[in-house]
Amino acid sequence: MTEFFGKRWHDMGGDPAGPITPEEHDFALWEKRVDALMVLTSAAGLMTTDSLRRVLEDMGADAYETMTYYERWIASIAQNMVEAGAVTTEELGAKMAEVRARGATYGAAS
Amino acid sequence: MPHDHHDHEHDHSHEGLSPSGHPYRADNDTDLSYWQAMEIALRELLIEKGHLTAAQIHAQINAMDSRSPANGARVVARTWVDPEFKAALLADAGAASRAMGFDIGPMHLIALENTKEVHNVVVCTLCSCYPRNLLGLPPDWYKSRAYRSRTVIEPRKVLSEFGLELPEQMQVRVHDSTADMRYIVLPAQPEASLGLTEEELAAWVTRDSMIGVGLPQAPQ
Amino acid sequence: MKVRIKSHWPPGHIRTPAYLRGKIGQIERRIGLFNNPEETAYRQTGPQRELVRVRFRMADIWGARAERGEDVIEAEIYAHWLEPV
Repeated sequence: MTEFFGKRWHDMGGDPAGPITPEEHDFALWEKRVDALMVLTSAAGLMTTDSLRRVLEDMGADAYETMTYYERWIASIAQNMVEAGAVTTEELGAKMAEVRARGATYGAAS
Repeated sequence: MPHDHHDHEHDHSHEGLSPSGHPYRADNDTDLSYWQAMEIALRELLIEKGHLTAAQIHAQINAMDSRSPANGARVVARTWVDPEFKAALLADAGAASRAMGFDIGPMHLIALENTKEVHNVVVCTLCSCYPRNLLGLPPDWYKSRAYRSRTVIEPRKVLSEFGLELPEQMQVRVHDSTADMRYIVLPAQPEASLGLTEEELAAWVTRDSMIGVGLPQAPQ
Repeated sequence: MKVRIKSHWPPGHIRTPAYLRGKIGQIERRIGLFNNPEETAYRQTGPQRELVRVRFRMADIWGARAERGEDVIEAEIYAHWLEPV
């Protein structure tokens, strides 16, 4: 008999769940940019689809419930870029502070 | 739409309507979130360090924007009028799609034929794998806990929630997209559409019919 | 050809769904060699691994809970997760 001896949260096949709500949304520009970053950094050999997923899985179930899809993706891509040595956490911290100082909206900060 | 005037990569396609006909979110006017700040910062750092260019990002966004269910619909419509193409697609869907002129990149594609006996439906229980390089980005519900959990254990109930009731004597095949393959369902041609041209037929093929949660329909 | 999915439960990034582990299915088609995600997820590169599509009867996965026992699931499973029956 099979026991689920260590099934991880993201491995959802067969779990009980509620109704499927037919949600869709068109992707915001920043989300499309996140998607593009994933494709391009993978093509550049800085990460893979597998390392994207691995970081997403390691974020835990709470992240899946509280963050949107592309919020989790940018968090994963950022971690992947740090792991690849492409950017450092120090550089990200400084740049994010600089971005925020530009203005209060996505447009102003762009 | 007000913008700061840094000379950054700017994509004009976010004004007006998206390729699917929905209005874009006015994301540029929303309060900057932590994750949006991260996106801007990471993108600018990677460009500064020479890993990417703004032009590449712009081109990739445009490439993904050009990928939509309309592409898959044209592939399906061709299988309805061209038996040789259908056979080629079933043998190697990636090659056949590329031969039609679609740039699907390195994607490995398998076409799953619906028949009188068999109905196919696709899910990715582990994440959100989807034939995006042909059909564009997947809908939110495809990535939801409910769809990922339930489709492999109660597909008929899931399909009925989408409005699709299947006879008991048909076999349902659920395809869990666990690795490198991506899947497109080839729905059967509706009787009411017989005799239409390939171009007319493409309008009958819905995105949901290519995932397997719906059937082709006469265009509205 | 009949195969069983190993009932192994390692930590980390695995593309063999939990609901299939220990289950018996039939090889539907062999797909060829691909990078092993269990390695590439961690920036390790080893030899490519064979990927196989396996077909399972719903009855063999879910038992009495299956909606219809002869409905099937097909999934891509790496060959190192398969054992003979």
